[in-house]
Amino acid sequence: MQDTHDPGAAAVPGESVIDLKGVSFAYDGPPVLEDVTFQVRARDFLSIVGPNAGGKTTLIKLILGLLQPTRGSIRLFGEPPAKGRRRVGYMPQQAALSIHFPVTVIEVVLMGRLTAGRNPVFYRRADRAAGAEALARMGLADLKDRPFSALSGGQRQRTLIARALVSAPDLLLLDEPTANVDAARETEFYELLERLSADITIVLVTHDLGFVSRYVRSVACVNRRVLVHPTSDITGEMINQLYGSDVRMIRHDHRCAPEGHAWSNS
Amino acid sequence: MVQFLMDLGQFGFLRNALAVGLLASVACGIVGTYVVTRRITAIAGSIAHCVLGGLGVARWLQTVHHLEGLHPLYGAVIAALLAAVLIGWVSIRAKQHEDTVISAIWAIGMAVGILFIFKTPGYNEDLLSYLFGNILMVTDEDLWMVAGLDVVIVAVSLLFYHPFLATCFDEEFARLRGVPVERYYILLLCLTALTVVLLITVVGIILVIALLTLPAAIAGTFSRKLWHMMILAALTTAALTAGGLALSYGPDLPAGATTIVLAGVAYLAAVLGKRLFGRRRAIGASGGCPPGEELS
Repeated sequence: MQDTHDPGAAAVPGESVIDLKGVSFAYDGPPVLEDVTFQVRARDFLSIVGPNAGGKTTLIKLILGLLQPTRGSIRLFGEPPAKGRRRVGYMPQQAALSIHFPVTVIEVVLMGRLTAGRNPVFYRRADRAAGAEALARMGLADLKDRPFSALSGGQRQRTLIARALVSAPDLLLLDEPTANVDAARETEFYELLERLSADITIVLVTHDLGFVSRYVRSVACVNRRVLVHPTSDITGEMINQLYGSDVRMIRHDHRCAPEGHAWSNS
Repeated sequence: MVQFLMDLGQFGFLRNALAVGLLASVACGIVGTYVVTRRITAIAGSIAHCVLGGLGVARWLQTVHHLEGLHPLYGAVIAALLAAVLIGWVSIRAKQHEDTVISAIWAIGMAVGILFIFKTPGYNEDLLSYLFGNILMVTDEDLWMVAGLDVVIVAVSLLFYHPFLATCFDEEFARLRGVPVERYYILLLCLTALTVVLLITVVGIILVIALLTLPAAIAGTFSRKLWHMMILAALTTAALTAGGLALSYGPDLPAGATTIVLAGVAYLAAVLGKRLFGRRRAIGASGGCPPGEELS
């Protein structure tokens, strides 16, 4: 895949990719996030979990520089987020997109090739090649010219990942990627991410901890405060013991309560 | 209809009317597609109505202060661009006030227009005809101005097609890629402003919104790419303006209103047709996707 930045700048293992120090944020009222400090290093595969309205989306927007923290500092690849985010491949929630928009699969993917300095009247051959390669990697080569609106939920999801990957990012950031995908496809999807995680840092937001904990290396619990655990602390067995076999019914309010963490660390 | 075709060869004003309708269709199809997909119909409506302010002030300056060269349409262009920049600025800086500002500009622009028209001595009925369109009164000068605006709108729209597409589809993603989405948003509003002025000569201030959105909405039900939608919308607008002119000419109906009613009927037909056609196709493809997916 083509480099969109200096190849020397590629993330090396152990490099700090995301670095939050004492970050607080409030919209116009009580703080949504308070005194958040954590670090994501290169090649990590982190899942952000937590209850709805617990601050997951706010955290993502802060990391991407779409919101400014009320207090504290945020670094993305050692730079301010607005600069560092050019190295991020972002996949938004599908619900944020207008499904009926007249656009084809390849057109969506090529949006990932836009950069600050370039308004291509026509995409270059290198862009088209990168687009085709990203689609092939996602197994979508045959659907290149299909309307985005005619795809299934899983195909749309893979299109959006191809769009995130086409800029050869060092960090893949996915917001609720499995929201419109059926359970059978979900396993397939996490296996795909696991393969990608060999050379790229991945952070994904989900409210489905049980399923994801088989694949990710660490878990960040977000509920106003943020606590990060290696996945070894949160084993599937433990979840089953705690919540029974139906891991989808997991109650994040308990898991993310301070007592919950005290318990899991003991 | 036959009368229309016979008189077309005979009367210059009728040829001008047809020409301005067809020229306006090009810009209307392109910008209407952006307006519909970006969902800024209310903003376009506000810009259209506040144009009366520009028309009124220009005519007042022309008559009272003898600025002969100041065609009311220049006033319209200035007012529309001002409104576009102001609304764009508010919606970027203070999103929570956007709705209020859209309505305020809508009404204040018209009020200013009415005041200035009232204080302008002489016969100003033709200015009020801008409210409902005056396609049969189009002059050669109007025609050149519409053609000029057309060139600007088409050039800008095509030059920035990809960033416009990206910001209309997923603004947040485009912003993260480093695309200056705010600049493109203001630019898009300015293009909308110019198109609105151009369409006002065809159907008038009050009906302009329908001509900007209905053909694009019709095209949208049949298009899989944004530029397909633009071409289809432009062709639809051309057919509607020509059809409206031809149908209204014989029975001596107002052309603008006839065009809009025609557009409404066409939109309804397209939506119903799509439902019937879409359902049949989904049943035909029963081996493949479930019907729900085909229809969605």
